[in-house]
Amino acid sequence: MLSSRTLKAGFWTVGLILIATGSWAWIDRFLNGDRNANYGSLVPWGLWVAAYIYFIGLSAGSFLVSSLVYVFNIKRFESIGRLALYSAVVTLVLALLSISADLGHPFRAWHVLVYPNFRSPMAWMIWLYSAYFILLTLELWFVLRHDLVVGSRRPGWRGRIYRILVFGSNDDSAATRESDRQVVRILASIGVPLAVMFHGGVGSLFGVVASRPGWHGGLFPILFLVSALVSGGALLVLVSAIFQDGLRRNREVVLDLARLVLALLAVDVLLQISETLVGFYGNEPARVQNLRLIYAGPYWWVFWFWQLALGTLVPILLLASPWTRRNPLAAAVACGLIAIGFLAVRLNIVIPGLADEQVHGIVQAYNSARISTDYVPSVMEFTFTAGIIGIGLLLFGIGEWFLPRSSEEPAQEEVARVSA
Amino acid sequence: MAERPSDGAAPPEPGPTSLDLSRRDIVQRLVKIGAASLAMALGSGASLQPLLAGAEEVAPRKGRRRRYGMVIDTRRCVGCDACVAACKAENKTPPGVSYTIVLEQGLGERPDDRPLFMTKPCFHCEKPPCVPVCPVGATFKRSQDGIVVVDYDRCIGCRYCIVACPYQARFSDFGDNYPAVEENTPWASVPSPEYNQFRVRKEGKSPEGNVRKCTFCLHLQDENGEYDKASGRWPACAKTCTGKAIHFGDLNDPDSEVSRLLKERQAIRLKEELGTEPNVYYLL
Repeated sequence: MLSSRTLKAGFWTVGLILIATGSWAWIDRFLNGDRNANYGSLVPWGLWVAAYIYFIGLSAGSFLVSSLVYVFNIKRFESIGRLALYSAVVTLVLALLSISADLGHPFRAWHVLVYPNFRSPMAWMIWLYSAYFILLTLELWFVLRHDLVVGSRRPGWRGRIYRILVFGSNDDSAATRESDRQVVRILASIGVPLAVMFHGGVGSLFGVVASRPGWHGGLFPILFLVSALVSGGALLVLVSAIFQDGLRRNREVVLDLARLVLALLAVDVLLQISETLVGFYGNEPARVQNLRLIYAGPYWWVFWFWQLALGTLVPILLLASPWTRRNPLAAAVACGLIAIGFLAVRLNIVIPGLADEQVHGIVQAYNSARISTDYVPSVMEFTFTAGIIGIGLLLFGIGEWFLPRSSEEPAQEEVARVSA
Repeated sequence: MAERPSDGAAPPEPGPTSLDLSRRDIVQRLVKIGAASLAMALGSGASLQPLLAGAEEVAPRKGRRRRYGMVIDTRRCVGCDACVAACKAENKTPPGVSYTIVLEQGLGERPDDRPLFMTKPCFHCEKPPCVPVCPVGATFKRSQDGIVVVDYDRCIGCRYCIVACPYQARFSDFGDNYPAVEENTPWASVPSPEYNQFRVRKEGKSPEGNVRKCTFCLHLQDENGEYDKASGRWPACAKTCTGKAIHFGDLNDPDSEVSRLLKERQAIRLKEELGTEPNVYYLL
């Protein structure tokens, strides 16, 4: 088995390579706007929007899992509480990076805060996740505050960074620790309905559009929430298996959480089967066309190989079969596959939902690459997203170094020495 | 300025002979034509203002909410695409953006199929699904005449309105340019009259990065929100239509050409089931 050191080195290397690749795309996007992106006026949202709802789902899911610790006080998951919050912050940052590039005028994003139209689900979503971002950062800080204060007294660069992060706080008394816990509990309790609302809001952003029969319906916001829980939970299993002594420390948690993910995945699959069967049976042409595009369109393999085989069937086998279900490594691999598979779920929502003519014959009527139902992300779009994934890997790497673990446990250096 | 010299120079076009013009219409036309010729004589400027104000007192339409719309006769459309070209020339739209398109359906398998050409501008729906979804309220339906517009300086380019439009009437300007309009050519500095804003195309500046759509050429309206077919202040597609298939006018005015056509002929609107109530009708 790979030593954790090799694994971490691999993480950093891959992250840096992806960022190097992405930086070319970021410069291109900055200089040339949307010109080198392949989305158009028929498929106006593409890879970046899919990446956005993917990351934001991971964030909402991780956050809701953290509420098991900070709201419902389930001791079993205590050791991964802060990792869950940290994952929620990181993936939210990635989501915002993905979507900001998608805007035709990214530097006008503040318009939503100044000129909001509250009849728009998108305006609601942006307001809610702004609030969620603030709450999430505050909550993470209060969770870490005590350890940051203790850490800030240490010498060296780590202590120096903690001294910045404590923002002047220097109180490590038990009473303050208790009041921190209270604050965290209150914040987390507000956070749960907030996360449900904002991610349900992302789902309704799609669900309310009556002109897109593949999305339109009351199930969509619910499907988004369940998908968020599955993908966020799965990512968390993977992250807790890798970081901060991973499996050595989190063995039981990984197994427990993986079981929870399996149950949620079953619910998610059930909802998707329901959507499919009802859609096909109803035989409404546009809805059927949407389903056809998912299962037999130009991206049929995204569903059959990526979403179904890799992201659903293999993980279910690994998590449920009697030979592997008690193996934390298998659980981590299975959840890693689920987390990757959900990017396919997101792609299958966005692209087939749009890649259909709303008025028959428009593609022939106006000859332009922008007026086309065939959408293939451009190299710029791919590398842009790869770079964002690289930032994610890097942020997790940084978190691994700087995130103080619960001070009841041995300090990081000691653990590092032991494991090395 | 409402009266553009080049438009005023156009000879007044005779109305469709098949339709009876009411006396009021004729008076109005005369007033307008008079105002237009006077405008030519005096040139544009403040001196025109009192004359037009006087003309408005005669016109009974003042202060009323208009509902501009189109009635498109599919039997008259020959599929020449002149409306597409006229719209491009008028609004200076870049590649990939066309405020109107002509859909074509050839003979199909079914015995009742017949070739059909259908020009399709924005329908300026009574209940436009694109408007409520805009997160910043950049696109809205004008209260005075029902035209659905985009505020280019407010729009953030999220393209949610494109997603929500059931008629694919909205287009995103990705900053592509025709080779002839690339920088340093004389055509690169020709402004678009859209919204009377006369923007010259500049990289990264609106309307690049914005969503764009048909405006019923509202820049050709005068100060009172009136079009005038006789002097050429008329949506470019309707003005140029070779088969006279595109009829434009105020659907709130029972005497307008469009209203009368709707009374006389069988008209349909697209996707009625969505409740959008388009203001563009098709005659079959």
